[in-house]
Amino acid sequence: MKRILSTARTEFRIALRNRWVSIALAVMAVFSLVLALAGSAPTGGLGVDRLSVTVASLTSLSVYLIPLLALLMSFDAIAGEAERGTLPLLLAYPIAREAVLIGKLAAHLAILALALLLGHGLAAGVAIWNDPEALTGLPALWRLSWSSVLLGATFLGAGYALSALSRRPSGAAGLAIGLWLGLVVLYDLGLLSAIVADNGGWFTTEAFPVALLVNPADAFRLFNLTASGATAAAAGVGGAADTIPLWQSLASVLLWPLAALALAAAAFRKVTP
Amino acid sequence: MMTSTLTISQLTKRFGEVAALTGVSLSVAPGERVALLGHNGAGKSTMMKIILGLIPATSGQISVCDAAPGSIAARRSVAYLPENVAFHPALTGEEQLRHYLVLRGESPSQAMGLLEKVGLAQAARRRIGTYSKGMRQRVGLAQALIGQPRLLVLDEPTSGLDPVSRREFYALLDDLAKQGASILLSSHALTEVEARTDRIVILSKGRMVAEGSLAELRRRADLPVTLHVTARNGSAPEIARSLPGAILVDGALHLTCTQSEKLAQLGRIAGLGDKVADLDVLPPSLEDLYSHFSRGTVQ
Repeated sequence: MKRILSTARTEFRIALRNRWVSIALAVMAVFSLVLALAGSAPTGGLGVDRLSVTVASLTSLSVYLIPLLALLMSFDAIAGEAERGTLPLLLAYPIAREAVLIGKLAAHLAILALALLLGHGLAAGVAIWNDPEALTGLPALWRLSWSSVLLGATFLGAGYALSALSRRPSGAAGLAIGLWLGLVVLYDLGLLSAIVADNGGWFTTEAFPVALLVNPADAFRLFNLTASGATAAAAGVGGAADTIPLWQSLASVLLWPLAALALAAAAFRKVTP
Repeated sequence: MMTSTLTISQLTKRFGEVAALTGVSLSVAPGERVALLGHNGAGKSTMMKIILGLIPATSGQISVCDAAPGSIAARRSVAYLPENVAFHPALTGEEQLRHYLVLRGESPSQAMGLLEKVGLAQAARRRIGTYSKGMRQRVGLAQALIGQPRLLVLDEPTSGLDPVSRREFYALLDDLAKQGASILLSSHALTEVEARTDRIVILSKGRMVAEGSLAELRRRADLPVTLHVTARNGSAPEIARSLPGAILVDGALHLTCTQSEKLAQLGRIAGLGDKVADLDVLPPSLEDLYSHFSRGTVQ
């Protein structure tokens, strides 16, 4: 346990000096503020409180931003150590490889959590300042916050796995961007075009909900929109939220971090320095 | 303390078709200092990585402090200094050592003491990114001293160190060996290994071609001894006549003879009386021994 904590502290220090902490905080703060200030613009007066609307916007933003931040922080984790030449010495120390991963994960998750705390805090502040009713949106914001941390954990784990598989930071960076584009951007486009082509057939009714649940980013969006009942404020893939029960998207949100971390551990175990 | 710290028998390692190590057997006793010599690519680093459990052996048995290489028990008692040791440039020397201390289950407060030991106390709070190669090497040495390692595996430990630091480093190793730690080190600087190790192992193309103390290796190789005789003004030609085989180089006479002829030859030179200004006896150097044994496998 001491070893994991020391690893986390060291990684946090490195991220602080590499400006990753300030980058994550600044990005989250700026985007959250912009969305909170422009919160009512896209939906107009819907009869929902202002914070709930902001949460719906933040959810759409987080689907893109959290995986990107997580992958950018994690792609270097193992490949970077291998390239710098610090890996052989680290692995000669009496610490399990899983413990090394958990230490790094703890540090990177802490950074994400700090960024979320700042961003969501600012968003809540702005919403409540402008609309006292916004207090009713706080549970939705809280749900968004913790599920964002879990989404971050999923993509951090995926980043570590890619980092261990490629063994070179440049290769890992390429894979990480590829994964982000694939899961977060192209996946939804592919699903939408498939639905259009399918025209209400088997794919739309049977395969589509499953396809949404197996993608951690889609499951995250689905979970937050279903839980807050804010589907009206969301368009596109989010519109499917009504048809999938909450427990299914929740299960996906909870299980993916574990699966990603297991993948990362399996990939790291195969690395020979 | 009766059993050896490190026992290797019939170790073989293949990378695909390439044999990196073939049938190497070696054991290192507590308190013993063993130098591993060999060309680049002779298999030294590979052997060290196998001992540490970083890469698996193809065949053969290895026991490190009565445990399997790479097991947590073995890693607890083995310290390692990799070749060209590196650290994260964003950390300071002190932060890096504190982390390593915790990983070894020691108190991080020992960090400054260790850095003082290797002469880095002044730079402890500077980032490692600003360190010179020699300073990084010292951080590497400091981390290898953590705790009470029973076996130190040091890959080219003195590369990048100046002669004074090298001497200090070997003094540190002597202390550790006196406390019962076994030391296995590789080096290119053969002369420094000569005086500072109990036993020398020569690897060539993945095979162990010689093993023993320096004196034993000298005896076995039976390489010629070189004598340098400096003549007094003008007497060089006369001396050359009485010492067959001598060559005149810059006013001094160089001649070689086998170990068994050495005393007779010295007697003859002493007999020349005051014609001789000075005499140097040069035993075969470790370099000579090394190339002698390395060549043996090639033929």
